[in-house]
Amino acid sequence: MTLYEAIQAERAKYPPDSRSAVLPALRLAQAEHGWLSPDVLREVADALDVTPAYVKSIASFYDQFHLAPVGEHLVEVCTNVSCAVVGAQQVVEAFESELGCHAGETSADGKVTLRAVECLGGCGWATIVAVDSHYRTHVGAGDVPAIVEELRGE
Amino acid sequence: MANSVEQIVLADATTSLAEYEATGGYQALAKARAMTPAEVTDELLASELRGRGGAFFATGRKWSFVPSKEKIPKPHYLVVNADESEPGSFKDNEILSRVPHRFIEGCLITAHAIDCTNVFVYIRGEYSGPYEILVNALEELKDRPELRGDVTIVVHRGAGAYICGEETALLESLDGQRGQPRSKPPFPAISGLYASPTVVNNVETITTVAPIIAMGGASYAKLGVENSRGTRVVSLSGNVVNGGNYEIEAGMSLREIIYDLGGGIPDGRELKAVVPGGSSTVILTKDEIDVGYDFDSLAQLHTAMGSAGIVVLDDRCCIVQLGVRFSEFYQHESCGKCTPCREGTRWLTAILRKLEDGRATQGDLDLVLDVCDRINGKCLCPLGDSDAIIVSSYVAKFRAEFQRHIDEGGCPFGGHSSLDHVLAPVAMHTAHSSVAQVPA
Repeated sequence: MTLYEAIQAERAKYPPDSRSAVLPALRLAQAEHGWLSPDVLREVADALDVTPAYVKSIASFYDQFHLAPVGEHLVEVCTNVSCAVVGAQQVVEAFESELGCHAGETSADGKVTLRAVECLGGCGWATIVAVDSHYRTHVGAGDVPAIVEELRGE
Repeated sequence: MANSVEQIVLADATTSLAEYEATGGYQALAKARAMTPAEVTDELLASELRGRGGAFFATGRKWSFVPSKEKIPKPHYLVVNADESEPGSFKDNEILSRVPHRFIEGCLITAHAIDCTNVFVYIRGEYSGPYEILVNALEELKDRPELRGDVTIVVHRGAGAYICGEETALLESLDGQRGQPRSKPPFPAISGLYASPTVVNNVETITTVAPIIAMGGASYAKLGVENSRGTRVVSLSGNVVNGGNYEIEAGMSLREIIYDLGGGIPDGRELKAVVPGGSSTVILTKDEIDVGYDFDSLAQLHTAMGSAGIVVLDDRCCIVQLGVRFSEFYQHESCGKCTPCREGTRWLTAILRKLEDGRATQGDLDLVLDVCDRINGKCLCPLGDSDAIIVSSYVAKFRAEFQRHIDEGGCPFGGHSSLDHVLAPVAMHTAHSSVAQVPA
């Protein structure tokens, strides 16, 4: 299925005159292209019969959409209070030192983008790290080298 | 893992349809469909169930506000709020993962009660795990038209925005707009999704519907205490031995939850404070935890169950840093629509940071409270209010600690607080240390 067709399938789930499919469409486009470049936003806009400006106004509102290139893998460390009081900052720093980049950046080999994120909703199993959007629970600084090795090894 | 005193929502955890049916699953649906919609709503009214998302509004009453199709000739919608993003809350995550069919059964019963055939489940984009489990459970219903009836359930994924947990922002987002709250009225019951009558309920609320129909509203109302009937799934986290979700009978004391269920404070530390119902609730000191975990008891302490996220903080936690970190959160998540919230949350972060760094004067402490005053009650939704309410509660209850930051020219924890230098997303792109730039 092409991206265009996949977006039409999403549109069919909602009333015909609604714009509800914009989030699913952006999600599909990002899954295919890695990030939402101006060209990709235009492609989504065409598929939805809306303007690229409109699509960008939506994409820029939500945290999970990337309007700049990211690495092959995404590592997101929750640093909200429940994770922070049991050592989330040490986990962030361990990733920074393993990857050689700061949170908010991508490692030099282009493999991993590291981010600090707000509450991921797994507070009792802190620290929560979302690796390519799947949660790892009870992550400590000591677990970080193995996670990075796993991501680099692929 | 979930433990409980009284399991209703989380009982007989299973993700498979066959196992769910083996324990009596979907029998409440058959029972409800044999009743009229008004009778189902009456059962909910009798149960005294109140919304589990935070606002604690009576569920049966909310349903009864939906006008008849003769009055407003438009389709009715049920929208389930699964955009759980409140710091400290992770109950809906586990409910969807452990009992997806009980949740779906609740959706189908509610759809019957409010005469609707279109259900949208708005689930936060980060919840890939629960999303997959829910979609698989719905897939199992494909071959069971007698269960599905004429109801279509669409699972709609968010994309990372705390504000979309606010019901009108959620409806905007589901409508394909930026997730910014609407002014009310009109309320969603009259004009919600696609300007049609809409009921918005939380995941836990919906998952409690089938057990209520099965046992009868009156039986459910025997559990708990006055104004807080039934059970509650509480999320326990922070400095506690056994973090996790626990289903309790409403009214159990906060001390019992933390010490008996949660196993107390680890590492031989002392309890300092408790955030009782998610980041947006007024803090409790260690001397205030002999309180029933129910609406009325917590209201007497001017706080609330909120979304039932209990965050336990030990004596290593600097309360000024707690204010900084939560204000950074609200600053990051403010949608920007109302000026007092957009600007005020940023200023709260900045002034609290100044206090933490030892650059504050006495006037800055007054300024913190002044800024809180200029946010509170002046916006369309409670996001900014939350920041104002919690920060002023920190100052009210831990004023001496704030004062020490001024008198000693810095943090009395000297770099050893459990929240020291934690990097917030809002600071991620401006500074790699947590020392954000403070306006003059």
